[in-house]
Amino acid sequence: MYYAVTIATLVTMGLALIRAVLGPSVYDRVLAVNMIGTKTVLLLSVIAFLYGRPDFLDLALAYALINFIGVLAVLEFFRNRALRRSTERDEGK
Amino acid sequence: MTTLVDILSWVLLTLGGLSVLIGGIGALRMPDLYTRMHAASVTDSMGTILVLLGIMLQAGWSLATIKLIAILLFLLLTGPTSSNALASAALLAGTRPFEEADQDDNEGQE
Repeated sequence: MYYAVTIATLVTMGLALIRAVLGPSVYDRVLAVNMIGTKTVLLLSVIAFLYGRPDFLDLALAYALINFIGVLAVLEFFRNRALRRSTERDEGK
Repeated sequence: MTTLVDILSWVLLTLGGLSVLIGGIGALRMPDLYTRMHAASVTDSMGTILVLLGIMLQAGWSLATIKLIAILLFLLLTGPTSSNALASAALLAGTRPFEEADQDDNEGQE
């Protein structure tokens, strides 16, 4: 049964990867990458019990923290860029 | 008792895997960024809760359960936060939500 969840998670990560490659805007890519990160945490937790190695749960916890901080940093960067562009456009008028 | 817990955890794991898969398909097939975020939030909240609860039932009372509860709480706190930041950044950049309201109004008038 762990195998079913593992395969479902892997397929979802593949679909999210396709969306990250296709994604028309940069926010679609950020969304897909965030999704892949969350699915990685789930996958690590399931694999910890699939192989009977509970140490993997620590890795999942650390990955959840890193993923959150990374997504927020990337979003802050693009948010600043959008703000700068809109102020430049207003000054142009 | 053990069988009951096993069956319950298998049901939770299956439902969790299913909702993760549905959210992945939705995030690939939806027409626009905000609807894709709607599909992705299904996997972020529902799939996480179901899968981690299913694993928790398998783990029983141990240190692993406490770690799983920490992971669950953290994912539930950070998922909506990053979704909110993503939506506000996209709105600020000028991405408009996908609308069919204009066409519907025209059809209603005719």
